[in-house]
Amino acid sequence: MSDGPAAQSPWQTVTITGIEKRTPRVTSFFLQPSRSFAYRAGQHVDVRLTAPDGYQARRSYSIASAPESGETIELAIEKLDDGEVSPFFHEIAAVGDEVELRGPLGGHFVWSDSDGGPLLLVGGGSGVVPLMAMIRHRAARKSAVPAALVFSARVWDEVIFRDELIGLDDRRDGFDLVLTLTREAARRPVDYSRRVDAAMMVQSMARLPAPPRLAFVCGSNAFVSAAAQALIDAGVPAGLIRTERYGV
Amino acid sequence: MVTRGFFSGRKPPTDADARIPPGQYLEQGFPVLSAGPTPRVRTEDWSFTLKHGPRPIKKWNWTEFNALPLTKMTRDIHCVTAWTKFDTAWQGVLVDDILAGAGIEPPTAFTLALSFDGYTTNVPTKDVTAGKAMVALLYEGKPITPDHGGPARLLVPHLYFWKSAKWLNGLQFTERDEPGFWELRGYHIYGDPWREQRYAGDP
Repeated sequence: MSDGPAAQSPWQTVTITGIEKRTPRVTSFFLQPSRSFAYRAGQHVDVRLTAPDGYQARRSYSIASAPESGETIELAIEKLDDGEVSPFFHEIAAVGDEVELRGPLGGHFVWSDSDGGPLLLVGGGSGVVPLMAMIRHRAARKSAVPAALVFSARVWDEVIFRDELIGLDDRRDGFDLVLTLTREAARRPVDYSRRVDAAMMVQSMARLPAPPRLAFVCGSNAFVSAAAQALIDAGVPAGLIRTERYGV
Repeated sequence: MVTRGFFSGRKPPTDADARIPPGQYLEQGFPVLSAGPTPRVRTEDWSFTLKHGPRPIKKWNWTEFNALPLTKMTRDIHCVTAWTKFDTAWQGVLVDDILAGAGIEPPTAFTLALSFDGYTTNVPTKDVTAGKAMVALLYEGKPITPDHGGPARLLVPHLYFWKSAKWLNGLQFTERDEPGFWELRGYHIYGDPWREQRYAGDP
């Protein structure tokens, strides 16, 4: 692999310029860096909050926006009830607030148009966020690389970026969206209503003109373990699969 | 910079404070992180090779390796994704005992840990000898699950946990400090949590 060492930047102050609710539990925060911020689709940032007594909390969040999207970066943050950083964003943060950010970080779970494909993306819940950056990058570059996203959510209303994804799917430009809902009936003919499995992966890969040359899987550890195993059972070589796992 | 409206609700008790490196938080669970799918390595297929450069020095199968002296090690561990977990209890073979089993002194100043899935990570040899590191075979008295790197993982608890390579199948002594998988992808060459050496360029 040709991933070079990323030049690592120190902490910088960023300003919240926009807030957009995506689903009941996920809200996007648009951040304006104070210094130039070049990144690749799939990378993440560290965010740091500081209390008046000096206590600091930091968490990593994937970037949802495409590198081509301009000055601001989008983080789509899921509210975790027992969290300490995500509740700040959901309950307190307002446009104009400043937080500290470091990045971009991570040189493995990244994809550029020039890396080619076909590309298979598998996301569970907020695990779709770094995959969304890749899909948006692909669209922004008007890339011809065939790509499919298998996106598992509990219910239709928790499908993050739903309208945008369906809009990209409708273009029929080589991007295919497959949704699977684990607690509701499927809404579209191509969609499923169960947890990801090998049969779903075989059928989703059949939507690509050739077997995937790269697969990216992101979500909770349980989701990633199940999805990566489903891909292997569907015949995808383990060496082509890159994973990113959230939490416990 | 103080963040408007953020207060230290999660501040650990002061007696724990001294055990948590800068920028880390205390985690009760045991999160799983890896760059790819979890390899399922059967112990009958497992082997461990000690190498000097490309040259194998000695190779053990699972049974032979388990016959080396076992040592218990209970340590706090620190992941670069900012969680710290206290008192993780491991049992395995000290790198010192592996070297003794091969009848050698450490031949070079640097070591590369090698894994079944192609993962590598580099550590100075002095950081894995003198009782500082082991090849762990048991976690809390039980075989290490595949998620956590079983059958065998490196344990270098005083460095960020990506240095404790999962699914270990060998140690290679190298003349130079050769960057491993994450070290080639923007992470720090050494990774001392107490100096907060997370990323390349950190002091």
